[in-house]
Amino acid sequence: MFLNPKATLMNRAEITRALTRIAHEIVERNKGAENLALVGIHTRGVPLAERLAALIGSFEGASPPLGQLDITLYRDDLTEIALQPVVKKTDVPFDVRGRNIVLCDDVLYTGRTARAALGALTDMGRPAVIQYAVLVDRGHRELPIRADFVGKNVPTSRGEVVKVRLQSTDGDESVELLEWR
Amino acid sequence: MTPTHLLDTQDWSVADVTALFNTADVMAQVMERTIKKVPALQGFTVGTLFFEPSTRTRLSFERAARAQSADVVSFAAGSSSLSKGESLKDTLRTVDAMQADLYVVRHAVSGVPHQLARWTDARIVNAGDGRRAHPTQALLDAYTFQKNFSGFDGFAGKKLAIVGDVLHSRVARSNAELWTKLGAQVTLCGPRTLLPPELEQPNVTLTTNIREAAEGAHAVMALRLQGERMQAGLLPSLAEYRVRFGVTEQVMAHAHPDALVMHPGPINRDVEISGALADSEGSVIEAQVANGVSVRMAVLYMLLVGRK
Repeated sequence: MFLNPKATLMNRAEITRALTRIAHEIVERNKGAENLALVGIHTRGVPLAERLAALIGSFEGASPPLGQLDITLYRDDLTEIALQPVVKKTDVPFDVRGRNIVLCDDVLYTGRTARAALGALTDMGRPAVIQYAVLVDRGHRELPIRADFVGKNVPTSRGEVVKVRLQSTDGDESVELLEWR
Repeated sequence: MTPTHLLDTQDWSVADVTALFNTADVMAQVMERTIKKVPALQGFTVGTLFFEPSTRTRLSFERAARAQSADVVSFAAGSSSLSKGESLKDTLRTVDAMQADLYVVRHAVSGVPHQLARWTDARIVNAGDGRRAHPTQALLDAYTFQKNFSGFDGFAGKKLAIVGDVLHSRVARSNAELWTKLGAQVTLCGPRTLLPPELEQPNVTLTTNIREAAEGAHAVMALRLQGERMQAGLLPSLAEYRVRFGVTEQVMAHAHPDALVMHPGPINRDVEISGALADSEGSVIEAQVANGVSVRMAVLYMLLVGRK
């Protein structure tokens, strides 16, 4: 079985346009950027949060504070898995209490990562609001979770894989749909 | 892949230790938060099997387990009620009925944790066996050095001096093994009666002269002096021990200017270590206790998660 490319879902320009739109939506929804903070979920949520913060800074004057979250210790499958996940550092250098926090990730799939991130974040304090921004929503939720900001909705089958590549982590910029064959 | 048990630091490669220290960094972050708890080990049970009394080490392991939401079952038994062989096996059988996923074992007899590892499917963490090994103490000592030594740039070229009753010390043995593996030089120092010559290795030197041991050392570790050693005639008078082997400001004057003062605890003030020195800026004795929880959290995580 090999992972074979099936389709390109987004190219560099489309990713940039989607992020620009999401940045505007975030500011509109939160009535400005004042109380805002962005938290990226490791691994690719981190550069996405950075880019959204820079975009918001470019039209609001100041970039909102940034954090990064590792959700490993909050996963719900640690008693069942065969491979040990490497625990990475969490770095949220601001007080989450009372803030409007936007969690950022690349792909929304089962919703389990988002659930774990909510646990990790609320253990740091009680934010005023937590919103959720993703580049791709591919469906197949296993929990009652939805995103507030979506770059692109993509219908997929469970046998398919959505691979996001970003300049800072992968040296390239695309969203690909792949399939095991 | 992490080894199945932590019986000895010897079984853990430098890569394993590095991964453990990285995980301990994350655990230390958790312990700095208001809510000092994560759900990582929810559904796992940790059993503490202490055949030899130890409040501190057991407390540290229990904290490490509970901070990750594991359940803890404790079994404390005087080693007197147990001879060897079958009664030990019977005890394990009884405790195994509690279905723990991992046991933390301390025993006055060397090798008991290894034996238990053969009898159970659970993971075993050695919390001290006889005079043989105390791996989590050595790991937390090395971790504390890495975190606290000013401008730490690796263990290569560093020198650790361990002073005291080396003969009866599992802490000294485990630290010598771990620190030399990480690239440091270790000097063991104590009265000749308490300095077993077989511990001499390519990077481990022995001396009865504390100034020689401290010379240029980046860390000086004092071992706890146990009263019963005196009665056994292994030591001269307490006063003489203090003069010749007490870790004091005068001794530290020979060490590296940024040298750390360490002690596995509990300390006998003004016996093996001067009270003022234990409270001084270079002393990391309290940090050792705090790091003990982070390192043990990392040990439990690495041994339990990803095994199904």
